[in-house]
Amino acid sequence: MAVVKAQDLVKRFGAVLAVDHVSFEVREGECYGFLGPNGAGKTTTLRMVCCNARPTEGVLRVFGLDVRQHAREVKGQLGVVHQAVTLDDALTVRENLVVYGRYFGLSWAEARRRAEELLAFAELAGRAEDRISRLSGGMQRRLMVARALMANPRLLVLDEPTTGLDPQARHAVWDRLRQLKRAGVTQILTTHYMEEAEQLCDRVAIVDRGRIVAEGPPRALVERYVGREVVELQAAEDGALAGALAQTLASLAEGVEVAKDRLFLHTQDGEELVHRVRALRLPVEAVVLRRATLEDVFLRLTGRRLRE
Amino acid sequence: MMDLSLAGAFRFWQRNLLIFRKVFPYTLPENFLEPVLYLLALGLGLGAYLREIQGLPYVAFVAPGLAASAAMFGATFECTYNAYVQFYYHRSYDAIVTTPLSPEDVAVGEVLWGATRSVLYGTAFLVVVAAFGVVRSPWALALPAVFFTGGLVFSALALAFTAVTPSIDLFPYYFSLWVTPMFMFGGIFFPLDALPGWVQTAAWFTPLYHLVRCTRAFAFGTPLGALADLAWLAVVALALLPVPAVLLRRRLLQ
Repeated sequence: MAVVKAQDLVKRFGAVLAVDHVSFEVREGECYGFLGPNGAGKTTTLRMVCCNARPTEGVLRVFGLDVRQHAREVKGQLGVVHQAVTLDDALTVRENLVVYGRYFGLSWAEARRRAEELLAFAELAGRAEDRISRLSGGMQRRLMVARALMANPRLLVLDEPTTGLDPQARHAVWDRLRQLKRAGVTQILTTHYMEEAEQLCDRVAIVDRGRIVAEGPPRALVERYVGREVVELQAAEDGALAGALAQTLASLAEGVEVAKDRLFLHTQDGEELVHRVRALRLPVEAVVLRRATLEDVFLRLTGRRLRE
Repeated sequence: MMDLSLAGAFRFWQRNLLIFRKVFPYTLPENFLEPVLYLLALGLGLGAYLREIQGLPYVAFVAPGLAASAAMFGATFECTYNAYVQFYYHRSYDAIVTTPLSPEDVAVGEVLWGATRSVLYGTAFLVVVAAFGVVRSPWALALPAVFFTGGLVFSALALAFTAVTPSIDLFPYYFSLWVTPMFMFGGIFFPLDALPGWVQTAAWFTPLYHLVRCTRAFAFGTPLGALADLAWLAVVALALLPVPAVLLRRRLLQ
């Protein structure tokens, strides 16, 4: 049975269609990601899974339960890491964990014991008595993850778990999430970092304007829509590359995408393509060969870059 | 549709108690010290020039009323500024409603907590002013329960306002147009008999007026005279309790 099952899910805010007939399934033990720019409907979809936004139309079942009718039962088995830091600043690190555990009906003794385990897991044991405002951003995020685990959730829901963190802190959070996945905890997350999606997710849904435009394992999506490699051309002058040049190059590559002053050529054999492009002596400033990523998939499918 | 679990509301109340144990020194000035200053300035300073009111020295007349106002301010500050900051700035409520707790649990837990603060501040104030000889009856031991009942009304009203206010800048209106008039014309500083009839009628519709009458009656050992006031507070508390719950659900769940 799917942990989460959505069918033709719709969420409207007045005239705005935030989630537009979305269908997906999250399987037991996998990490499923929603990748897309801000405003694509990722957070709204997650809020519906957390029973904090009511679906306007469609079916949404979590653990086989309808979120509209069984909010309390569903929420009792969820661990949620919010996008914003929502810790209680007046309480210490340990108290934040214990109080949160109490919301799930743990006894004080159980909650304290579980808090000690998770302080170790999050490498915060030495900071247990500190107030929240004395922690770094990375520590706060690790504590958010630890807090979500207090009641041993069947499903961990993470809304942009590493936005705003520096690279080291980000890797520390990723390590924890991979560790949890190995332990069998099903995860569903949103991100606008393709690297995060590639690092963590078994499958991703690429979302744009409230719709899922592609879904699958990250590498498979890249192979299917882009190929193995991308040759990126940077124009010497603004706007000089597009149009005519794209047509010239189209015959050389398997796909061409234009974004402002850049051209992206999709190919299975990058080096060969670089040679042929150089031989044309085009008015370009730089020719870069790199591995194809989910961002290229997004550009290919929506005509826009992910980070704009 | 109401989705309330009393166990959930109680757990939220416990969270507030835990936080309060750390921050209560910062809440003392506005909730406790101010009524004491009123008591000293008016009760002793102004009182020195006044004859007795209703057969009581002025300081004895004014002290129970100020205890009632301490109860009102304790609940009102909790459910306006405190609740607002946690709600909108710390986003604590957003996090809590993704646990098994419902918005109704949070609202009811918050109202119960506000009423608890009424008990704490009202009672602490009474204990201090007992030194002025204003607590003359064992009936005063029932006053914490009276403060709790009144506190439910003040908390439910304040939290309802917090749930609908578009901005923290609107709280001064809540205080200047509602809390301060109650404080001035609730019968704390002078009996309302000398004022026009419509003022007395208006006062009857405010909770502080009834809480002041209750507090004075219990402190002086004449609780029977205030049973109607106690009933007023209890009925209004029960009637108002669902209001912040419904409004908070609307605000927290999209």
